[in-house]
Amino acid sequence: MRVNFTVNGRPQEADDVWEGESLLYVLRERLGLPGAKNACEQGECGSCTVRLDGVPVCSCLVAAGQVEGREVVTVEGLAEYARQRTCGSGKCDTSAKGATSLDDAQRWSAHGTDSQTGEGTELSPVQQAFIDAGAVQCGFCTPGLLVAADEMLERNPTPTDADIREALSGNLCRCTGYETIMNAVRLAAARQSEAV
Amino acid sequence: MDFLRPGSWEEALAAKAEHPTAVPIAGGTDVMVEINFDHRRPEYLLDLNRIGELNDWEVGEDSVRLGASVPYTSIMENLRAELPGLALASHTVASPQIRNRGGVGGNLGTASPAGDAHPALLAAGAEVEVESVRGSRRIPIDDFYTGVKRNALAADELIRAVHIKKAEGPQQFSKVGTRNAMVIAVCAFGLALHPSSRTVRTGIGSAAPTPVRAKAAEEFLNAALEEGGFWDNGKIITPSVAKQFADLCAAACNPIDDVRGTASYRRHAVGIMARRTLTWTWESYRGTAATEGAA
Amino acid sequence: MAGNNAPLGTPTKVTQGSQTKGGIGESTLRPDGTLKVTGEFAYSSDMWHEDMLWGQILRSPVAHAEIVSIDTSEALAQAGVYAVMTYDDLPTDVRHYGLEFPDTPVLARGRVRHHGEPVAIVAADHPETARRAAAKIKVEYRELPVVTDESTATAPDAPLIHENRTDHYAAHVTHPNILHRQPIIRGDVEEARSRADFIVTGEYTFGMQDQAFLGPESGLAVPAEDGGVDLYIATQWLHSDLRQIAPVLGLPEEKVRMTLSGVGGAFGGREDLSMQIHACLLALRTGKPVKIVYNRFESFFGHVHRHPAKLFYEHGATKDGKLTHLKARIVLDGGAYASASPAVVGNAASLGAGPYVIDDVDIEALALYTNNPPCGAMRGFGAVQACFAYEAQMDKLADKVGMDRVEFRRLNAMEQGTIMPTGQPVDSPAPVAELLRRVKAMPLPPERQWESSEGADVRQLPGGLSNTTHGEGVVRGVGYAVGIKNVGFSEGFDDYSTARVRMEVVGGEPVATVHTAMAEVGQGGVTVHAQIARTELGVTQVTIQPADTQVGSAGSTSASRQTYVTGGAVKNACELVRERVLEIGRRKFGTYHPAWATAELLLEVGKVVTDGGEVLADLVDVLEDESVEVEEEWRHRPTEPFDRHTGQGFGHVQYSFAAHRAVVEVDTELGLVKVIELACAQDVGKALNPLSVVGQIQGGTTQGLGMAVMEEILVDPKTAKVRNPSFTDYLIPTILDTPTMPVDVLELADAHAPYGLRGVGEAPTLSSTPAVLAAIRNATGLELNRTPVRPEHLTGM
Repeated sequence: MRVNFTVNGRPQEADDVWEGESLLYVLRERLGLPGAKNACEQGECGSCTVRLDGVPVCSCLVAAGQVEGREVVTVEGLAEYARQRTCGSGKCDTSAKGATSLDDAQRWSAHGTDSQTGEGTELSPVQQAFIDAGAVQCGFCTPGLLVAADEMLERNPTPTDADIREALSGNLCRCTGYETIMNAVRLAAARQSEAV
Repeated sequence: MDFLRPGSWEEALAAKAEHPTAVPIAGGTDVMVEINFDHRRPEYLLDLNRIGELNDWEVGEDSVRLGASVPYTSIMENLRAELPGLALASHTVASPQIRNRGGVGGNLGTASPAGDAHPALLAAGAEVEVESVRGSRRIPIDDFYTGVKRNALAADELIRAVHIKKAEGPQQFSKVGTRNAMVIAVCAFGLALHPSSRTVRTGIGSAAPTPVRAKAAEEFLNAALEEGGFWDNGKIITPSVAKQFADLCAAACNPIDDVRGTASYRRHAVGIMARRTLTWTWESYRGTAATEGAA
Repeated sequence: MAGNNAPLGTPTKVTQGSQTKGGIGESTLRPDGTLKVTGEFAYSSDMWHEDMLWGQILRSPVAHAEIVSIDTSEALAQAGVYAVMTYDDLPTDVRHYGLEFPDTPVLARGRVRHHGEPVAIVAADHPETARRAAAKIKVEYRELPVVTDESTATAPDAPLIHENRTDHYAAHVTHPNILHRQPIIRGDVEEARSRADFIVTGEYTFGMQDQAFLGPESGLAVPAEDGGVDLYIATQWLHSDLRQIAPVLGLPEEKVRMTLSGVGGAFGGREDLSMQIHACLLALRTGKPVKIVYNRFESFFGHVHRHPAKLFYEHGATKDGKLTHLKARIVLDGGAYASASPAVVGNAASLGAGPYVIDDVDIEALALYTNNPPCGAMRGFGAVQACFAYEAQMDKLADKVGMDRVEFRRLNAMEQGTIMPTGQPVDSPAPVAELLRRVKAMPLPPERQWESSEGADVRQLPGGLSNTTHGEGVVRGVGYAVGIKNVGFSEGFDDYSTARVRMEVVGGEPVATVHTAMAEVGQGGVTVHAQIARTELGVTQVTIQPADTQVGSAGSTSASRQTYVTGGAVKNACELVRERVLEIGRRKFGTYHPAWATAELLLEVGKVVTDGGEVLADLVDVLEDESVEVEEEWRHRPTEPFDRHTGQGFGHVQYSFAAHRAVVEVDTELGLVKVIELACAQDVGKALNPLSVVGQIQGGTTQGLGMAVMEEILVDPKTAKVRNPSFTDYLIPTILDTPTMPVDVLELADAHAPYGLRGVGEAPTLSSTPAVLAAIRNATGLELNRTPVRPEHLTGM
């Protein structure tokens, strides 16, 4: 079957989709957007979290056919999504960032200095906070956590620790023990409130 | 596999009539797991996401008509006053992401004894509105669960809504899992006080082949409360009454040993949850009664 | 250019604090951080290639059976199927692989020995096509009786898991279903026992833990024009994989080119091969790229687990609290294939006494062959199981003696100079008593934090969101534990790493390039390599090349060894590059300034400086268009095997110590546990990157927490089948299960190690579990001799 929907502000069409395919599979294998991750494919880990019409969901549990005509935001579009939110409607350039070329991503090579603020890639506050707080180790849980944390901060700009834990309780991380993730979200919240 | 995308409820009923083996998919939180893990290959998937009315609810005089696909998040956020037991149960469902997609219709359709909504529905009192091209009917929740992962739906029927009695007294829900979040119930317990009828209703999850009520426990407690004039005098329920209620709730279980827990633990835990939820609801009832008395 | 000769004629004093930024000791940020937060970092499951096929593995549904027949014809006839392969289709006579010795079939031949063993592989144009085809392969199994524990495995008539063993452990075991056995005997236990005023015995059970890394086993094999194959893969050790893969394919190693792709965690679970050979076989058979991605169900069958264990311990102590002796027997279940079991046995035995002074010791550790899932490496590697047992013993013994549990440990704590039960002296700092003191001295978290003005906050109570208690039945407990872990490969293994470092001027700036085969699995080795290069070469710009097999082996990212060994190799290569750069400098500029010949020279902030801080030259001027490159192996000091009969020997290169204090609240009626705080003190020798060090400690601590209260692969003892291969029923801690984890890092240098550093990753996983168990015992008064502890254990149900 064919599925048409919007990803990160850009219309997308997927063809020859098997009816049992998940949104996650279509994003990763058909649209070249592997940011949403395939850790459990049973809704238990949150690594595939994307926003579907604004709502965080596990993309592994959304049938591809169900997204027809709907809007999806993945981690690849998170920085732009956050930027537009900050700018407010109408004020900013709304061109969505292009999808990542897999060729580019296939072999990464770290250059120069470390992941510092403002270096090359534009990041959302929560993305930058994850880097700064050491919340990224293997990074496999990171995209899902970022989408979930960004959405929580949108709803609740001044979360308590218990609020953060509750909002992120659907995202498993096996490396960090979550302490640095807590720090990252606190940091993002603090920076966000400073910016306002 | 075919993917059916009805744009309206009528189209959905027609599709289900034409393809009775079609598996309805709404939140996808059960169906997609089975597909991803190759446990199930339905001939047809019947997508209900495009039927907007399934996401709506109406608060009526005595009950709430809850669309089958209203996500748990909405229940938690919007229906805490009307459906406190179900709102509490909704809050224990899996994770925020799952609660954003899953709804009571899915729990009922799957009819797993571990579904979190069941004990709350049983305790509150509810009817399931189901429909086919042949017509619509309302199935009392007590008659809905017919076996392990089986329900009273006919092959051509779809769940449209659930009519749940609005709370007129305190309700509680507890669930035991071996993790502090995102966990399937080892067992669960729901309890609702119905002051106008001076009755208590219960619901037990994951401790029998189907969700069940602890009817003997309810009858015992109803009688004990009546006898002691508790509904009127708002006294503390005596420990012996609470204990016997808890024991009868535990006795209502017919659990198994599985990877999530032992049968004897489930029985034990249901008893503890029964006692605690009775205490919480009764304390709350006494508090309310006292306030009303003062006013 | 005016600046060219300026530094030569006018030496300037380097101002204070002008050390190269981003060197060791700083919490520099990950070089892969940006890619990881934008979703662009390419993990092994993200690989994609034009025209690629999908591989699928058909696995045994039973644990032990004879394969009577396999019929692949119907599967092959499916549209979209390109290849179906079984044992008979393997290209060479090398049809087994294994970490220590090759006992694991690439595809089952005639017999399966555990649930989930690979039987056939399929390549097709879509994963669903491949799954349907695999389901059409007809395999007839004739089930055989299973052995699942010591008594069934070593019964006289027990079915042999491996007949006619030829491995080098076979000659030393008493039964062919015993894979390896290591005694450690020192002193005279019988005599020492007679001096004991108190004797404590215990029998402990340790469940089967899974690494549960989030990135599933996956990779892409691309056939090459030269008949070889390019493999993009997530692993812990590229060269070990290569050594096992190439012979099965019948290819020389240089034709199997491996590149490390993004690794979604490892924790020991990627030491063994998973889908590597299968993907290559299918790619070479079909001439097309083949991608294989396990789902979570398959992942539970796709890698080895932590050995479950039975541990029998007897300790004695005198009235004044001194340990007299230890007699211990540790039985590890290795499952159907060897994997790393022999080394796990060596660790369990040699570290079985813990970080204590005990002169008279008699330990026996062994691993069984059974029909259970194969077990091998996981963070802590044999030391974890032992720590659970000896720490429970320490509490019991302290109670008997009538001493405070921490003071009892401190009284018996080993220190530098202590002789291990293996006879090996501990020749670097061993601050066991100090770690315990520190962790005990940390302020305790306030009581009843869950109380708020609006009533109880269930998120902070046992049961969490499930709303099981509002404070009823909740009792607090506090527990302590400390552990000892070896760092690096032991027992005489030639443990080395290779680094290639190049220095050149790019864009008018000196740049260092570091190339190793080190598997970055999340631990932050890439961050540390850049820091080392900055410190040693005085550059700001460092490029870390992707890890691949175009450079020499880095050894495994395991055993807490990579910062020590590959870090050491990078440091060493940088030093050699520095020497060469200085030689160039002397040649070019030596005549301008005597210090070139007489002073000790360093590279700082892009300049050659004397140790007195005098600037002699810009690196840009020294190098000009020359580039200096060195590739060199580096090894830590050698170790030696343990004696087969006594376990004596200089077996370990370094030890790592951590101590924990756990504070828990237990709902004693429902048996639910909330860990309130897990404080850790650990000696790391030197924290090369403090942020990463703390991250390792907290991560390791959390895996130990999981092992204490929820994580266990359940295997049916009657059928040896895995009962919970999913994230629905194999539970790992969520953010609501994980407490605050204050960390106190000590830095007591080990003079033998680069920068004095000590391996960090594993030690916190050891003591976390027994500390939590001790706290639960403290809260409940129960004995609790098994982990993980489940609600039914706490309620007697």
